[in-house]
Amino acid sequence: MEVIFQRTKGLLDVPTHYCPGCTHGIIHRLVGETLEELNVIDKTVGVAPVGCSVLAYNYFACDMFEAAHGRAPAVATGIKRSHPDSVVFTYQGDGDLAAIGTAEIVHAATRGENITTIFVNNCIYGMTGGQMAPTTLPGQVTETTPYGRDVKQAGYPIRVSEMLSTLSGAAYVERVSVDSVPNILKAKKAIKKAFELQLQGAGFTMIEVLSICPTNWGLSPLEALKWLRDNMIPYYPLGVKKDITAGEAK
Amino acid sequence: MPDKVLMKGNEAIGEAAIHAGCQCFFGYPITPQTEVAAYMSRRMPKIGRVFLQAESEIAAINMVYGAAGSGVRAMTSSSSPGISLKQEGISYIAGAELPCVIVNIVRGGPGLGGIQPAQSDYFQATKGGGHGDYRLVVLAPSSVQEMVDLVQDAFDIADKYRNPVMVMGDGMLGQMMEPVEFKERKPAQLPSKDEWKADGLKGRKEHHVINSLYLKPEELENQNLKMQKKYAKIKNNEVRYEMYNCEKDVDFVLVAYGTISRICKNAIKLLAEEGINVGLIRPITLWPFPEKAFEEVIDKTKYGFMSVELSCGQMVEDVKLASNGRKPVYFYGRTGGMVPSPNEIADAVKRNIGGAK
Amino acid sequence: MARATFREERCKGCGLCISVCPKKIIEFSEKLNVKGYHPAAVKEEKMKECIGCASCARICPDVVITVEK
Repeated sequence: MEVIFQRTKGLLDVPTHYCPGCTHGIIHRLVGETLEELNVIDKTVGVAPVGCSVLAYNYFACDMFEAAHGRAPAVATGIKRSHPDSVVFTYQGDGDLAAIGTAEIVHAATRGENITTIFVNNCIYGMTGGQMAPTTLPGQVTETTPYGRDVKQAGYPIRVSEMLSTLSGAAYVERVSVDSVPNILKAKKAIKKAFELQLQGAGFTMIEVLSICPTNWGLSPLEALKWLRDNMIPYYPLGVKKDITAGEAK
Repeated sequence: MPDKVLMKGNEAIGEAAIHAGCQCFFGYPITPQTEVAAYMSRRMPKIGRVFLQAESEIAAINMVYGAAGSGVRAMTSSSSPGISLKQEGISYIAGAELPCVIVNIVRGGPGLGGIQPAQSDYFQATKGGGHGDYRLVVLAPSSVQEMVDLVQDAFDIADKYRNPVMVMGDGMLGQMMEPVEFKERKPAQLPSKDEWKADGLKGRKEHHVINSLYLKPEELENQNLKMQKKYAKIKNNEVRYEMYNCEKDVDFVLVAYGTISRICKNAIKLLAEEGINVGLIRPITLWPFPEKAFEEVIDKTKYGFMSVELSCGQMVEDVKLASNGRKPVYFYGRTGGMVPSPNEIADAVKRNIGGAK
Repeated sequence: MARATFREERCKGCGLCISVCPKKIIEFSEKLNVKGYHPAAVKEEKMKECIGCASCARICPDVVITVEK
């Protein structure tokens, strides 16, 4: 018998602080595997956000930065511009990227900054205890939308992938999900493609990963996967939103 | 470059940074320092270095954080409102113990304020600005030549102590043109960055993390105490100041930095003609504040000190602390971008000591 | 012939592996691990039914499972 699946060297062999069933763990693994398979762990620098994954700098094997809330794309820009041969990624949640960090992600994308952003969208602010995020769905109950998100008062959620895909500097933008094994495999393919494009100098790449937050949604991990499928995928359709390698001028 | 060149302050700052080996400049337009970014946008690409106009001053300071954490010399510049935006980033840079240079060409405030010179960011620079127990080394040039020298020193001090350093000028220094020389400098003895920079493992076994988060209180206390030891060292080693006309006994001592210190020197000449002997303490480091300069004159000065500032009075508090109740401390200032004439300052001196005389 | 090995002390008892196993051979263990969770496990007598698809390993957020085939 030979080993056909084992822990990647892209992750340090340490337990994580994430809740049981939190899909950050799956996404971390996909990124770690990608770095190992592309043989770039040694020249990669990752930038962790503020949010549940603030401690991501303890989990990835490569050099890591902790960034201020929302500023990871700017930090990544500083690293990549001074070390163009390095592989640089940011790993950000929905508050980090789509609230306070909206300017930074838009401008990194429009500059065609040669970095890869992993955007973890779980429709809620996890670390601070379950408040509304820019991606919280209409009607969704959170700590700061206790009666359900009312679009008249709190506005509409942002479809970040679609928004960034309008920018010429964005080379590859795809939305994936980790709610099932087939989707996890597709997510891995997308993440790998994004990093490969970074290695080719193609420009800004981002993979938005629909994820669960069982703790703050008040659901078991299994129920949460179903909630994602039933509620998030219809609002945030999966698929490629921008691909400069596809030959279309978008 | 020819030996002596006439340069605009803001452009000289840029050229000095280049001489100091600044690898990355991240900036944003704001009056009266925009020429720093414009100059760097022309020079940096020509010498294979990085210039980027960021989307905001916030983005710029975070780009500096990234570049500095990956081991290169990085600089940003801005003016008062933009420096306010950078405070979070500066706190992170200080907390992560990264070296970098931040230039503040101060304009009138608060709020959108004005575009004329001021010194009303003294509190922000020396007492905090950003959150937490950190300090910025703050250098205050008073001429374009001094700006050139201090910008280069700033990079060395930053690397020596792994701390952000601010060079604080004002709108007048930024805009004026004076002759400058880029002198040969002996390369400073500086510690290697290899032990901490995060620019990729490259065969290293342990990954490096650039971080300022310490959730365990014991760890955060330790980190803070470590930084306080560093600040004690800086206080011991890096204080700079100029004493002007303080060799003999003086009736009065002015305390002023930057542009207004030059006007004070002219006021001192006017007062000498009237037989009033006034000296000047010119702090060059605003932090660490040159308390020992006051020891040199505390017994000599008959009527005490007068802090002269382009503000409503910020450095005067440090003058009071340094004087420690031993002699009276007065204040004269103009604000909003108004710059006093030597006569105005001389009159203020006479008013203050006239009563005591 | 395949085997899925679980690192019991890392398992947080989330149950996702149990939900995706096509042969339904994973279950929560009776015992508690050091963190107080019931770790997922495959009883030895059921291991021969493992087809080595690694679905469990791929959905495990804590990278607890190693699969051999």
